[in-house]
Amino acid sequence: MECVFGLVGNGFAIVAADTSAVHSILVHKSNEDKIMVLDSHKLIAASGESGDRVQFTEYIQKNVALYQFRNGIPLTTAAAANFTRGELATALRKNPYFVNILLAGYDKETGPSLYYIDYIATLHKVDKGAFGYGSYFSLSMMDRHYHSGMTVEEAIDLVDKCIMEIRSRLVVAPPNFVIKIVDKDGAREYAWRESVKDAAVASA
Amino acid sequence: MARYDRAITVFSPDGHLFQVEYALEAVRKGNAAVGVRGTDIVVLGVEKKSTAKLQDSRTVRKIVSLDDHIALACAGLKADARVLINRARIECQSHRLTVEDPVTVEYITRYIAGLQQKYTQSGGVRPFGLSTLIVGFDPYAGVPSLYQTDPSGTFSAWKANATGRNSNSMREFLEKNYKETSGQETVKLAIRALLEVVESGGKNIEVAVMTKEHGLRQLEEAEIDAIVAEIEAEKAAAEAAKKAPPKET
Repeated sequence: MECVFGLVGNGFAIVAADTSAVHSILVHKSNEDKIMVLDSHKLIAASGESGDRVQFTEYIQKNVALYQFRNGIPLTTAAAANFTRGELATALRKNPYFVNILLAGYDKETGPSLYYIDYIATLHKVDKGAFGYGSYFSLSMMDRHYHSGMTVEEAIDLVDKCIMEIRSRLVVAPPNFVIKIVDKDGAREYAWRESVKDAAVASA
Repeated sequence: MARYDRAITVFSPDGHLFQVEYALEAVRKGNAAVGVRGTDIVVLGVEKKSTAKLQDSRTVRKIVSLDDHIALACAGLKADARVLINRARIECQSHRLTVEDPVTVEYITRYIAGLQQKYTQSGGVRPFGLSTLIVGFDPYAGVPSLYQTDPSGTFSAWKANATGRNSNSMREFLEKNYKETSGQETVKLAIRALLEVVESGGKNIEVAVMTKEHGLRQLEEAEIDAIVAEIEAEKAAAEAAKKAPPKET
């Protein structure tokens, strides 16, 4: 089951997502990157219906880029989050997207922020958030250990604690995770946590 | 809606589309614009007609980017330009969304030219009154390109071209003085062409360069002034060399 979670630290926001692409009982691949770099200082971690996930996040990404070219200035994280929610809301009563999103961003004026956007267009600005069955475990871990103004090391330690809980307690736990971070220097991949690597081709 | 389907652009008895030709007149009245292609760089230069004292000149950008790797300068009706530029920007993102690839310079030029042509063959509309100079680097190929479109909807690639006011003089200058250049030399050539028809000085011209690594970069007024000074010095030196008779003993 797909696990996505994230938290806000001191001058940064971090999101982690599992990397398995599953169809019924088959794992298509275990290195599917579900955290898209929306623009230089925004990350969008999405989980849900895989077709909708890619389609919707790419659509948001291109519209965010278009805004930047039209106006010569990037969207704020709050504006991007509200735009995303608006698109989900518009489609909701016609042809809904089954995608849950954690939008993490860094703005020069307001610092890091994290937005919880679920598939029925709920929008919350949060310090920590999670989606999926994994949320039962990661949210509990974060409730216990999170405090505002964590350093990157403390935050990564917390993320690893959450991943450990998910791996050990969730019956269909995804084996691999990707962690991405966004701070004043931009959005980038931080690390992978792999417990299953693609098997190398056996030599004859 | 029946009243709006009568075409405004119709053929004259001798095969002219007068509306298109009048649109070209509007272009000829617009500010001078020049584009020069180098081996690793493309340069756009536009005349900046004296800005009103109370006007915020930062809001009058004449060279705009359509995407990370494509830029456009135009001559003619600026309001028409806004519409075309907006449509082109949407198309750049739409292309990326559907085929997961950035547009090539030729593709977006073809799109803009196609749009301009559509408005010469539709009911109730007039042609766009502007010619554009489109520059950029094709993704993957890394080769710089310069294209020009006009109100009729024709487009072609150029090594160097000019449009707008006094474009003929600038084009003549470019034809005489063009050679394959790179980097700063290309910038100088573009500014020299522009200086043929524009009052010299950094506050009268807007220059932008596009490179593969850094995308579009607008030159600061001080930079332009420095290059203009260089050009004037070179010109003065050339004049002096011509005037001084060669010493023959």
